[in-house]
Amino acid sequence: MALQLDARIPAGPLADKWTNRKFTSKLVNPANRRKFKVIVVGAGLAGGSAAAALAELGYQVECFVFHDSPRRAHSIAAQGGINAAKNYKNDGDSVHRLFYDTIKGGDYRAREANVHRLAENSNLIIDHCVAQGVPFAREYGGLLDNRSFGGAQLSRTFYARGQTGQQLLLGCYQAMARMVAAGSLKVVPRKEMLDLVVVDGHARGIIARDLTTGAIERHAADAVCLATGGYGNVFYLSTNAKGSNVTAAWRAHKRGAGFANPCFTQIHPTCIPVSSGHQSKLTLMSESLRNDGRVWVPKNPDEKRPPAQVPEADRDYFLERRYPSFGNLVPRDVASRAAKERCDAGFGVGGTKLSVYLDFRDSIQRLGQPVIAGRYGNLFQMYQKITADDPYQTPMRIYPAVHYTMGGLWVDYDLMSNVPGLFVLGEANFSDHGANRLGASALMQGLSDGYFIAPYAVGDYLATHGKMEAKQKVGTDHAAFAAAEKSVQEHVARLRGVQGKTPVDVFHRRLGKILWDRCGMARNRAGLEQALREIPELRAEFWKDLRIVGGDGEFNQDLERAGRVADYLEFGELMCRDALAREESCGGHFREEHQTPEGEARRDDENFAYAAVWEHRGEGAAPALNKEPLVFETVKPSTRSYK
Amino acid sequence: MSKDGMRITLRVWRQKGPDQPGKMETYLAEGLSPDMSFLEMLDKVNEDLVARGVEPIAFDHDCREGICGSCSMMVNGLPHGGERGTTTCQLHMRSFRDGQVVAVEPWRASAFPVVRDLVVDRSAFDRIVEAGGFVSVNTGSAPDAHTLLVPKRDADAAMDAAACIGCGACVAACPNGSAMLFVAAKISHLAHLPQGQPERRNRALKMVKQMDAEGFGACSNHFECEAACPKEISVGVIAELNRDYLRASVFDV
Repeated sequence: MALQLDARIPAGPLADKWTNRKFTSKLVNPANRRKFKVIVVGAGLAGGSAAAALAELGYQVECFVFHDSPRRAHSIAAQGGINAAKNYKNDGDSVHRLFYDTIKGGDYRAREANVHRLAENSNLIIDHCVAQGVPFAREYGGLLDNRSFGGAQLSRTFYARGQTGQQLLLGCYQAMARMVAAGSLKVVPRKEMLDLVVVDGHARGIIARDLTTGAIERHAADAVCLATGGYGNVFYLSTNAKGSNVTAAWRAHKRGAGFANPCFTQIHPTCIPVSSGHQSKLTLMSESLRNDGRVWVPKNPDEKRPPAQVPEADRDYFLERRYPSFGNLVPRDVASRAAKERCDAGFGVGGTKLSVYLDFRDSIQRLGQPVIAGRYGNLFQMYQKITADDPYQTPMRIYPAVHYTMGGLWVDYDLMSNVPGLFVLGEANFSDHGANRLGASALMQGLSDGYFIAPYAVGDYLATHGKMEAKQKVGTDHAAFAAAEKSVQEHVARLRGVQGKTPVDVFHRRLGKILWDRCGMARNRAGLEQALREIPELRAEFWKDLRIVGGDGEFNQDLERAGRVADYLEFGELMCRDALAREESCGGHFREEHQTPEGEARRDDENFAYAAVWEHRGEGAAPALNKEPLVFETVKPSTRSYK
Repeated sequence: MSKDGMRITLRVWRQKGPDQPGKMETYLAEGLSPDMSFLEMLDKVNEDLVARGVEPIAFDHDCREGICGSCSMMVNGLPHGGERGTTTCQLHMRSFRDGQVVAVEPWRASAFPVVRDLVVDRSAFDRIVEAGGFVSVNTGSAPDAHTLLVPKRDADAAMDAAACIGCGACVAACPNGSAMLFVAAKISHLAHLPQGQPERRNRALKMVKQMDAEGFGACSNHFECEAACPKEISVGVIAELNRDYLRASVFDV
């Protein structure tokens, strides 16, 4: 059976659609709101803002987090900033320009209406966060400061030093704390969602594991919002936090929610490279460094001299060579692929030969060290702390790393999945970034979804489908809860029952290696087909040889990780399947068969201007591909060139 | 360092649950690279333990880039290992000597009960913020951001205090187990901004009251908290908190 994929895009001209939708949204009377319970899973920018905003309206909200506190969600690690179309700089910005940049940046693989709404909400976000006390950077006159980001031609990025994500998340956290004090929000820490409960086709609750006691619990609600982030950790090494995972989204997918564009992943070019096999995660170095740093590798693959002693004639500034007009400031996907190409050809540097130089020598000579320190001092310090190299004296070594995932659960315009009552917010959904996300857009989307869309969308759903009387409600004694709880218990027991020899991280690293090699920065048919053979073999080995020590009725971090890796071993296969089916190159998805003679991405709008929405059809059965066509009424898709 | 890499002797606090007795156990960590982070060293020790059928060491961690505030361990008696402005996840093995004995324990404070091994319960911090560490503003009701001017020095001072990651190192470092630096950082952040003024004094009263109720000790100006803080928050914020608290006590009670 095919999925029902009605995007429910409102009628009217693009700029009026959101206004029209807000008016047609049904409302719930203030006195009746406390009769509805909403579960929010996750407390990053999307989940935290949704939990606070829904609780402010008077709904009973319960917010589940696997951390010890909602303040730890991975949104906290975002460095650079948040975009808004305020045009405070008088440099030509507008809602339409932010919309246009974002949809073009996504290589025309997102919905126009969603992206326009995101641009409209961007200004409200800044207003609200300032009112909450978020300490954005200011100019001497007391006005908000802006900076340029991600190669944009204007300054629309608001920031709080290098800690913008942290400060926005603490704004959410404080708004949540206020609602906890008011009694309308309950935060449930150290509990991980392990299943979605669907009753008569509607999302009616979750099954969660108490990570301290191991108890498997049932939680019923009138609607469920998933804000559980992206799946970048499927690659094992990424810039994501160690706990970030696909489990909640994947289990909702197995209960019927379509998964859209799983192969759209963003590989960020400037990360600190892998140093050894025991490395557990990668660290991003802000993209702004490419303003003053030059990227190069030695012309001789066997170069033995330290980088500072390699003369100009023996250096290959490959970005400047290949892209003379954009040079070191080509977009993320292009820069990443070019670095990979040099390393694959044997020109990489460092012990592993898997990195390239990012050199500030010329800028330091031109501007002086104090100027460079003023611009990037904290980043240089962080780099030195991790690598023990001083970037003022020797070039940084960088390599691309998995950073963000544009794919996610399919949602309609109201951010509701094809399972009614299941809303998906932030990075967990697929909605706004197409095939490539622009810098400083992730924070914007999370907060737009949570503060300014969820209150309308959830309210409209509850006014339409909600049951106010207690006796009409679905309780945790319903058979669907019992069945979901049983399946979670069986899954946990199965993991513990393997009793093999190999620790869980070994499987995770091997899966990550397969995906990085075959479904990473560049993909091709042979490699993807090979991955589709290797992943099921690895999965079978996992279920034969996994070793977990410790019980399930206690705090057991290995058991938590094993559950997440088991899901990655299924999800990774879907990613490769999606990458294989998409016979074009667009954004972060580069199929080697589909490139121009100069090695650039070749998009195929005639055949692939759609969101690929995968449908789970049971264990062992191949998933089905459904398509939501993308219709462009306002912008005309064009080719991106950076020569 | 031998060709097989660094080795250290790890003495780790093992405790199965909140109500169970704990003790230090000794493990040998071998084949380490100086480029490993401290937590990657623990990952390796855990993998070796699992291979031997021993339950791995539980520890809180997430972002591993010094911003989420999850990691919470005393390394050789100092919170986060004592390197200035550094969380445990940013500590690297190159800071240790080959063959060194390294002791690892959880935060020690009665307001942070041990959950398991190196994991503690820091929910007291959440309850202190819930007592008043926020600005009461509903979503959707804000005026344009530029209607409110904030002098740069005030915004910078607010940001200095707001950099707190809520890890609890200040409490662990304090001989009294006081949470004053954490509470004062939040008070100072909001007190430096015009948005924080209407609730300013009440906020100080309520947060301090909750801090006392959670069982944190009093501040007696040792300033160990500032030395341990991975975000280098100044004890100057404690003086600001004391001023706000005093004013509120005199005028608002």
